[in-house]
Amino acid sequence: MDYWRKSPKVFWSFGIPPTIWLFAFFLAPLFLVWGLSFGEKQGIVEVAITGTLENYSRAVQPLYLQIFLKSFWYAGLTTFFCLVISFPVALAITFAPERWKPILLLLVILPFWTNLLIRTYALIAVLRTNGYLNDLLELIWLSADSGLRILGLGDWDLFGERFNRFELLYNNFAVVYGLVYVHLPFMVLPLYAALDRMDRSYIEASLDLGAGQWRTFRSVIVPLAFPGIISGVIITFIPALGSYLTPDLLGGTDSQMIANVIERQFKSANDWPFGAALSFLLMYLTFFALAVRALLTRHNGKGLT
Amino acid sequence: MSVRSNNPIGPLDYTRRTWMRLVLLGTFIFLYAPTVTLVAFSFNDSRRNIVWRGFTFKYYEKAWNNSSLVEAFANSLTIAFLSTLISVILGTMTAILLWRFRFPGKAGYEGAMSLPIVIPEICMGVAMLAFFSRIGWPSGLPWPLNLGAITIAHISFSFPFVTVVVRARLASFNRELEEAAKDLGAGEWQAFKDILIPHMRPGLIAGALLAFTLSLDDFVITFFTSGPDTITFPIKIYSMIRFSVTPEVNAASAVLIAITLVMTTFALWFQSRSGGQSGGRAHG
Repeated sequence: MDYWRKSPKVFWSFGIPPTIWLFAFFLAPLFLVWGLSFGEKQGIVEVAITGTLENYSRAVQPLYLQIFLKSFWYAGLTTFFCLVISFPVALAITFAPERWKPILLLLVILPFWTNLLIRTYALIAVLRTNGYLNDLLELIWLSADSGLRILGLGDWDLFGERFNRFELLYNNFAVVYGLVYVHLPFMVLPLYAALDRMDRSYIEASLDLGAGQWRTFRSVIVPLAFPGIISGVIITFIPALGSYLTPDLLGGTDSQMIANVIERQFKSANDWPFGAALSFLLMYLTFFALAVRALLTRHNGKGLT
Repeated sequence: MSVRSNNPIGPLDYTRRTWMRLVLLGTFIFLYAPTVTLVAFSFNDSRRNIVWRGFTFKYYEKAWNNSSLVEAFANSLTIAFLSTLISVILGTMTAILLWRFRFPGKAGYEGAMSLPIVIPEICMGVAMLAFFSRIGWPSGLPWPLNLGAITIAHISFSFPFVTVVVRARLASFNRELEEAAKDLGAGEWQAFKDILIPHMRPGLIAGALLAFTLSLDDFVITFFTSGPDTITFPIKIYSMIRFSVTPEVNAASAVLIAITLVMTTFALWFQSRSGGQSGGRAHG
């Protein structure tokens, strides 16, 4: 690597265009929103930036604090389910035969690249009251019921008189289901990366020395995969916390998350300063989560080497 | 083969255990069943999605004859092409800058460059909305100039991804090649054009495919930058979904899925050839 003074002409000609772009079309808009968050509404479109903290104090009122907490809860649940599902999946891919690995990884990555909107829309067809999941459950119910009839127990209506379709869509269940569905690859990939780097002789040693599979998993595999677990948890949690589309399309009236409230402030409610404050609070939370990740994985890396 | 599968399952053969295989299978069903059924039922000859009534292309025809849908699709492709072109140029410049030079404040610069990757999409969306309305971005321009705001927003979130991919490719470049070229009389520009660019090519292609997919797929940020006369494909599909679930939407979605699948497969193929690690997408 060269010091920039060695060839300043090259340095400036490569450096200036992207830097200008970043400042003009990314940092300036962010800075504008940051400014707006200290502003007051004056009239329909006019905002005066007065340095007030009013918007932030409104954001921590119970009504909005509750939405922040709910978003945390949903994102946390999502992260938990993703971790529980992803760990065996990542382990299975790590120990799969070499020629299967790229195919299995591709199968995990592909949904990641499929349009988020379309995947959410596909879930609507699965979860709605006359959707595929209810069809499947009805089929199971019908065959169980006719099985009972064959056994001569039909008159007792053990499973109820008829199949009642479940309300699976437009509620909090659908939001968490959708978030897990969307974010699963975010968890599998870092876990896989950590498990694949792991030195297998540790596991063999643990098993040879008499620890069972469960003990080995708890005391060897999980600690060795810890940086990957932290990365996976944070990388899943951050986008889940800021989700807009999933609660918007799958949720009911009480399933709003922070992003939906922000959108409302900038569109129908037309209160930009307040929306800006909420949006910056969400951004600070993101930075905080990233800092936690950096801290935890660095510390652990030092401990291992 | 039969010899292998008759072997007893070793302690480390986790993938050969039945319950592990069931978890793997269950996860893939969970991930794929919704989209696969969506595509399958786009060929179903029935208004109600549930029963299979025979194979048909009529919903594709219907989607094709829906002029506002086709216009939205053309808009999306135009934006994606422009955004990809500029993102690759800016992203490559950044990659070379960060790969080749040490300079004061580099860590901060790298952090700022990765911001578009890490901040929540909704924050970037509202920032773009506020920005374009504040600077008084003209509306009602003739096509394709009216797509300018969306294209600019797309470039801003795409080019850092290109940087990640191209920089990974540059890590495998042997700088002695460049020095040799310069010793033999090549100038900066000639060495760049004849030595560095050919080496970066797989990374450039992978980065371009990535930028194209990101732009084509984006909903949230576009949602905040598009106006009534600048509808993109995802925005159009969104408004159709809000209205109702129809096989026509399934057909349109299936087309987009097919395009993305092809692009992603190519991108991953080029990236594996270029030896770079995947950049990953941090917002969803």
